[in-house]
Amino acid sequence: MPATNADRDALAGLKSEYKYGFSQPEQYVFKARKGLDHDIVEQISTMKKEPEWMRKFRHESLDIFFSKSTPTWGPDLSGIRYDDIYFYIKPAEAQGKSWDDVPTDIRETFDKLGIPEAERKFLAGVGAQYESEAIYHSLKDEWEKLGVIFTDSDSGLREHEDIYKEYFGTVIPAADNTYAALNSAVWSGGSFVYIPKGVHLDIPLQAYFRINAQSMGQFERTLIIVDEGASVHYVEGCTAPIYAADSLHSGVIEILVRKNARCRYTTIQNWSTNVYNLVTQRSLVQEGGTMEWVDSNLGSKVTMKYPSIYMLGEGAHGQILSMAFAGPGQHQDAGGKLIHAAPNTSSQLISKSISKGGGRTSYRGLLKVSKGAHGAKSNVVCDALLLDERSRSDTYPYIEIDEDDVTVGHEASVSKIGEEQLFYLMSRGLTESAASAMIVSGFIEPMVKELPMEYAVEMNRLIQLQMEGSIG
Amino acid sequence: MPAELVIKDLHVSVDNKPILQGVDLTIRQGEVHALMGPNGSGKSTLAYTIAGHPHYVVTGGDILLDGQSILGKPADERAKAGLFLAFQYPTAIPGVSMANFLRQAVSAVRGYTDRARASVSDGGSAKPIGSELMPMRDFRKELGEKMEKLNIDASFARRYLNDGFSGGEKKRAEILQMAMLEPKIAVLDETDSGLDIDALRVVAEGVNSLIGPNLGALLITHYQRLLNYIRPDFVHVFYNGRVVMSGGPELALELESRGYDWIRQEFGEPVPGQEAA
Repeated sequence: MPATNADRDALAGLKSEYKYGFSQPEQYVFKARKGLDHDIVEQISTMKKEPEWMRKFRHESLDIFFSKSTPTWGPDLSGIRYDDIYFYIKPAEAQGKSWDDVPTDIRETFDKLGIPEAERKFLAGVGAQYESEAIYHSLKDEWEKLGVIFTDSDSGLREHEDIYKEYFGTVIPAADNTYAALNSAVWSGGSFVYIPKGVHLDIPLQAYFRINAQSMGQFERTLIIVDEGASVHYVEGCTAPIYAADSLHSGVIEILVRKNARCRYTTIQNWSTNVYNLVTQRSLVQEGGTMEWVDSNLGSKVTMKYPSIYMLGEGAHGQILSMAFAGPGQHQDAGGKLIHAAPNTSSQLISKSISKGGGRTSYRGLLKVSKGAHGAKSNVVCDALLLDERSRSDTYPYIEIDEDDVTVGHEASVSKIGEEQLFYLMSRGLTESAASAMIVSGFIEPMVKELPMEYAVEMNRLIQLQMEGSIG
Repeated sequence: MPAELVIKDLHVSVDNKPILQGVDLTIRQGEVHALMGPNGSGKSTLAYTIAGHPHYVVTGGDILLDGQSILGKPADERAKAGLFLAFQYPTAIPGVSMANFLRQAVSAVRGYTDRARASVSDGGSAKPIGSELMPMRDFRKELGEKMEKLNIDASFARRYLNDGFSGGEKKRAEILQMAMLEPKIAVLDETDSGLDIDALRVVAEGVNSLIGPNLGALLITHYQRLLNYIRPDFVHVFYNGRVVMSGGPELALELESRGYDWIRQEFGEPVPGQEAA
């Protein structure tokens, strides 16, 4: 699987300059080293029996992390206690946790969502076995016949080292941002996916199915390559809350979409509300290719996530659907980045955010059209819904257009649940909270209808649960 | 015994401004009442107050349904008790399909939702998604039948509630909701407004098909023309926030031929600033 020239060119461009990051001058104030040092990184690499180049990559990444400061241009990250975090937990130890350690509110939510027992333990991180193993294995056999690779990242590195050496850390280099550096140093878990030329997978690949792989780990690392003319839908996360004892989740997702290929990556994030969720997701799209991010963020204390699409080949298309729900004490800082670097590329970004009970959502997005990307078309729509006076929503759109021949649209709206809408629904027998939930689910309907059916149903149920209690 | 809505000496203020000033009216299941009056006489205020809009403050009098005051009840409990308001200006709820909305509303009004909730709080385990709703099969069947009866296209069920609906479609959607929720007493607020004659006929046919021994209806209207299609048992003239005259269908015809001016002369000019929708 040699790299195409287009890949090489793109990567050369990326390596020279990461100018599309949200940033401000580095202040080098990082002090919280406790809990993380070169010994730990060495241990991780040794334990995983990694090749020398990966071991070196981790150590270099750690130095980069130490040289960077905690970003201050976005949400408040001062609460992250690096010295309280286990940066690597062997799966055997993770399984040692007991069901009793899982907070009551999370167990109740599992109840209300009707999640089966075995699945609950898996989701709560207290059990490794998960009953859909059999389903997964039969699917796996089918995929393997097509030449599809879908495995955990450790196995990916072990079994496909050539590919890893070529691509790992190239879409998102360690130096890209503080948390990409951290992930590069201590990554563990995540998926490796390769879809061969011309192969179309109808059934979504779900990280959920892949047991024992820490797919929802603290520092997961995913690499997806969709070869020419192929297509895949990858789904990670689930609507049930994921309980994490450790309070930092920092994933890195790298995706390469080759010529005329298509990739959709769906995330449903519902971390428990003690978690800082700081994820870097980026894809490079070649000629005629399509990348779609469907990103929903429900849980966590703070989320910073801006899935990016670099449209590098003529006619490439990018779409980002971003949804965020912020309840009490939560700050969802989400959006996306669309970079048009080739002619006749097109993109769309739709952001829907909901703030409730003092929660805060921010839309942060970049639309960039490079010189020469003539005929580029892009449309950005962000809608925010505030459920009460205490909640907050902000919009931070960045637009950089270096080409004249472009068509660009940007709309933003902030609305509140109208008294008239509530009264109308209540006059039909709905309680105030059921009426609010209905208005909210209507608001996010354009997003939810893009989710696989079972997720869509659960998502609506979850929104209902989130709405209960505090209203009426 | 037929249900009975009794409005007794009702006084209502909006933003501290008195609008209703002593309304007396009794509507029984099986009766059709028309409430006619000039614009600004407080007809819609009466409709909203019966339905329980929080913006309308009752300062005196009472509203009783089967002898029980409903004044302390929020709008959803009044709907569950059997009241219905067909809105003059139905609100759009984007992203919520007519079918999804109707299933939730019907489930709430018929008690599916409360029963599911009660069984959970009695220590029963959580039910799967959808168990608090009327079974999908039964709901679909009933909705299909009622839409057919009201001559409403099946695609209507998939459209977002009132979103992008024409004036006529909105009014038909209200009638469909009324058909599904099966109220004992329904208030139809200016159901004829904004409709051309064809749409008016269609909506009136819908209302007529629902009128019967199980429905008491209060038709609020400015014009007599609705009454060419729906024949009321009683006609009330509303003016300055109260009922000033009641009679049979002949009263509507008299209003049509004489206009409202003689009412104004007889019952006094409205106090400036007392206009209400």
